[in-house]
Amino acid sequence: MSSIGTGYDLSASQFSPDGRVFQVEYAQKAVENSGTAIGIRGKDGVVFGVEKLITSKLYEKGDNKRILNVDRHVGAAFAGLNADARHLVERARDEASSYRHSYGDPIPLRHLTERVAGYVHAHTLYSSVRPFGVSMILGSMEQDGPQMYLIDPSGVSWGYHGCAVGKAKQNAKTEIEKLKIKEIKGWFLGVAARPSRQPHIKVI
Amino acid sequence: MATVNMMTSGFSPAMAVPQMHGMGFEGMDTEVSTGTTIMATEFDGGVIIGADSRTTTGAYIANRVTDKLTKVTDYIYCCRSGSAADTQAVADIVKYHNDFHRMEMGEQPLVKTVAHMFKQLCYDYRDQLTAGIIVAGWDKRNGGQVYSIPISGMLQKMPFCTGGSGSTYIYGFVDSQFKPKMTKEESLQFVSKAVSLAINRDGSSGGIIRLAAISKDGVERFTLTGDQLPKFYEDS
Repeated sequence: MSSIGTGYDLSASQFSPDGRVFQVEYAQKAVENSGTAIGIRGKDGVVFGVEKLITSKLYEKGDNKRILNVDRHVGAAFAGLNADARHLVERARDEASSYRHSYGDPIPLRHLTERVAGYVHAHTLYSSVRPFGVSMILGSMEQDGPQMYLIDPSGVSWGYHGCAVGKAKQNAKTEIEKLKIKEIKGWFLGVAARPSRQPHIKVI
Repeated sequence: MATVNMMTSGFSPAMAVPQMHGMGFEGMDTEVSTGTTIMATEFDGGVIIGADSRTTTGAYIANRVTDKLTKVTDYIYCCRSGSAADTQAVADIVKYHNDFHRMEMGEQPLVKTVAHMFKQLCYDYRDQLTAGIIVAGWDKRNGGQVYSIPISGMLQKMPFCTGGSGSTYIYGFVDSQFKPKMTKEESLQFVSKAVSLAINRDGSSGGIIRLAAISKDGVERFTLTGDQLPKFYEDS
């Protein structure tokens, strides 16, 4: 990698001469090494799917989940560093609960995404911190229907009908693009997007 | 009793302030309060809010044409009762928070959200405030809504609601006359009759009646001057 040894990749608060922030790009690499996570937004809901590599038989079942609750109407799936993601989800939970406290209403996902993305972005500005090695997919069910957003380590966020992050994101995206996402109910999409195409769901 | 004692030698700053008691200025040192009649009701398509216009300091009428219907957003108003200073301050603070929130969200806030902001302040500072507020307005999602926030900061959604000292005299009237889904005109009649009856019996309410209709088309304001107030048996 051309960035190594240049000295411009040591801090998140420094640009390289050609205008890149290598620390952020390294964080994105951390996401690409992780197991795949996909999110699909259908007509009536959002479906998440994650690939979880079990590296030993000795682990307790269901630990280190990669799909988590944020609020009653918001869920999150992620790819990247587990510990970073748990911190980020905690932040999202705090934001959601604080919004509820102030305004007596569930937080709109568009707003929650802006808040969390702002927090992620703040970690790309200072030499004293490390960027988040996490891409997080947030999904919600709101009065106006289902919503889905993706936040990447640079703090950028996008609204999606279908998205994938992690090791096999390209394969997953190709598969999702074949679906008529806007017409089909979310649950069937989730099943259809599985590589094996078999309606076989196992909670691990 | 704070009478000025002329025999006291020396001059103290307190003596420079005219002492009011027993000099015909009773009330000048008491709180300015809107001993009030306020009211709000949902109708088919929006809400009607109404209030008398009397502001008193004790027995003295500090303002006989007060506007107790205070704007929060283009579609949401509040009716204020209790301490004039407290309720104005609370309304200003909510307006400030709400304008910021609206910019952040990029759309008109829900009536529920604004009512929640009022409640939060009224409850958190319940020991320091004398404020009874009705929040009413219209939003895209839930249409016309009325929320009542009585003195210690409870929040309750209601089809119609009255408040202030004058409200005690008209419970029988409003309970017997309210019907859900009245037209705008029927609701305006209902509110003006109720406030007029309250003004007749409550010494702390009076002046003119201010009304407003809030719907998807925005706000229409009305004023009923003394000669236009609905008349009843007692007045003839």
